[in-house]
Amino acid sequence: MTNHKPVNQKAWWLVLPVILCVAFSAVLPLMTVVNYSVQDIISPQRRVFVGTEWFVMVMRDTELHLALWRQIQFSLAVLLIEIPLGIALALSMPAAGWRASVVLVIVALSLLIPWNVVGTIWQIFGRSDIGLLGHTLLKLGVDYSYTGNPQHAWWTVLIMDVWHWTPLVALLAYAGLRSIPDAYYQAARIDGASQWAVFRYIQLPKMRGVLMIAVLLRFMDSFMIYTEPFVLTGGGPGNATTFLSQYLTTKAVGQFDLGPAAAFSLIYFFIILLFCFVLYNWMQSLGTSDKEQGHA
Amino acid sequence: MALIELDLAHAYVPNPRSDDDYALLPLKMAFRDGGAYALLGPSGCGKTTMLNIISGLLVPSQGTVRFDGRDVTRDSPQRRNIAQVFQFPVIYDTMTVAQNLAFPLRNRKVPEAEIRQRVGRIAEMLELSGQLDHRAAGLSADQKQKISLGRGLVRSDVSAVLFDEPLTVIDPHLKWQLRRKLKQIHHELKLTLIYVTHDQVEALTFADEVVVMSRGRAVQKGAAEDLFERPAHTFVGHFIGSPGMNFLPAQAVRGGVLVNEQPLAFQEDRRLPEGPVKLGIRPEYLRMGQPGDGRSLPARVSRVQDIGTYFLLTCELGGHTLKSRLGAEAAPPSVGDTVHLRLLDAHTCFYRDEQLVEGTA
Repeated sequence: MTNHKPVNQKAWWLVLPVILCVAFSAVLPLMTVVNYSVQDIISPQRRVFVGTEWFVMVMRDTELHLALWRQIQFSLAVLLIEIPLGIALALSMPAAGWRASVVLVIVALSLLIPWNVVGTIWQIFGRSDIGLLGHTLLKLGVDYSYTGNPQHAWWTVLIMDVWHWTPLVALLAYAGLRSIPDAYYQAARIDGASQWAVFRYIQLPKMRGVLMIAVLLRFMDSFMIYTEPFVLTGGGPGNATTFLSQYLTTKAVGQFDLGPAAAFSLIYFFIILLFCFVLYNWMQSLGTSDKEQGHA
Repeated sequence: MALIELDLAHAYVPNPRSDDDYALLPLKMAFRDGGAYALLGPSGCGKTTMLNIISGLLVPSQGTVRFDGRDVTRDSPQRRNIAQVFQFPVIYDTMTVAQNLAFPLRNRKVPEAEIRQRVGRIAEMLELSGQLDHRAAGLSADQKQKISLGRGLVRSDVSAVLFDEPLTVIDPHLKWQLRRKLKQIHHELKLTLIYVTHDQVEALTFADEVVVMSRGRAVQKGAAEDLFERPAHTFVGHFIGSPGMNFLPAQAVRGGVLVNEQPLAFQEDRRLPEGPVKLGIRPEYLRMGQPGDGRSLPARVSRVQDIGTYFLLTCELGGHTLKSRLGAEAAPPSVGDTVHLRLLDAHTCFYRDEQLVEGTA
């Protein structure tokens, strides 16, 4: 390559550490997965190139279809509950003073608990003999059992996730709210805006950036949920709470089917990438079209 | 529209003790219906506090606000029907320019036809007609501030429109244009306008009457000429004008004053109560006198600046610095020269306890 500005080439040395880091932390492991996904490895000495065979097999796996469907339902439910609830929480939190500090700490508490401990907490919480929730429901006449009833198990995992992660959305939304200058609220009072109008035209648009982060984070995290349902229900009863991660782990670690597991890992990765891409673009376009309110 | 009367004081701290605790010291003031006023003063002088009290964003800690005699002290901005424009542009990001302008009207359930007519008129005045269908978020800072101004002016029935340093973010050349525009709008719409600024040029060109404020006190209210010719307070003398008024300690005696132990005699019929005073004279009126004319004192020139259309002389007189503006027609003295400065003149003002002492009998 002919280059008249050789000085520029030195920049490669500056970028090199990053390239190495990324290569060893992300690209190489991913390539290993790609490597596994196209071969049938019988022993370290014997391996057969199988092309797309694993991919085809995985895509036709009905068990996986069910797990994917459960996963999508679960992530959707998580977003639909946690985002509005988080915003509502943030709106009702005090803006300043010692109360704000106290409330912030209380709200952030559940975020500080390790995932498997969260699972354990809820496991005990939901037990009908000693758990507060389980026992109370039993006394109220609900035959509640997260280990026996698939419906109950699904809802318990969902509520556990809401309990665990809504505070994250609330904190993000709170940060967004606090960054709105007072002049906006004053102007709204002068303009005679109702509380709903203040929310709709000032607070919500100003929170857009942080809400986008919240939606993406909550989507990705819930789509990869593993530890909490693993501890709480172990994926059961039946397959009621077997989400994608757990399905994958069972395949890779439990049955040692590295080929299909690798193929599925890649598919999993692309599904998350695709959903995030779609979500991101959809939220970017929200409120940026010229006449979106239709009464210009 | 309304006559606005203030009789109040405000402190942000409970139980104010000293004057320093007050953001706004007790004051009485009236704003005539349809007048253009400016509140002028340095940062922290209480002008924004006063504005927010008028608009109803702030309830004064004591006293009342009256609109046309009606007590509105505790009424919301909406009840008072006030419009206010803030220092930094406030726009509703998700709306178009037209929707932004229409927002205060829509919130008040004004009929759609009237909204369209009103928005069209204001947009035309502010030269926003071309952008009505654009999203407000994408516009430049001064366009956004024009929208804020427009939202302030769009309601025809407001009691008053308040401006809180609205041209801070605007480019200098556009500032002139917008200020002229506001003046013109004032004539066309006959609204009461109250304009807060720390820029004397802005205040003096915009308003019929300027309220000069300093440390929570409204020190003088008057037309530009009054503020210039007869500053009621040394602060006004010092704040208005560029450079501000010269002050010299003096001793009032019969028929004249002692400055630097040297007697000066009044030419005109003036009588001051005897005792220590401050002599104030504007650089524009500090002219050269004759030695021994009984009105002038010698001073040493320490600096001569050529400002283009005039010379600015800095002189030393008995340890005090005086500035004088000399017309460019005559050759100025040079540094180190001794000049005779005519300190007594019809324009000379005297102050005791920082307040103007009327010298005439």
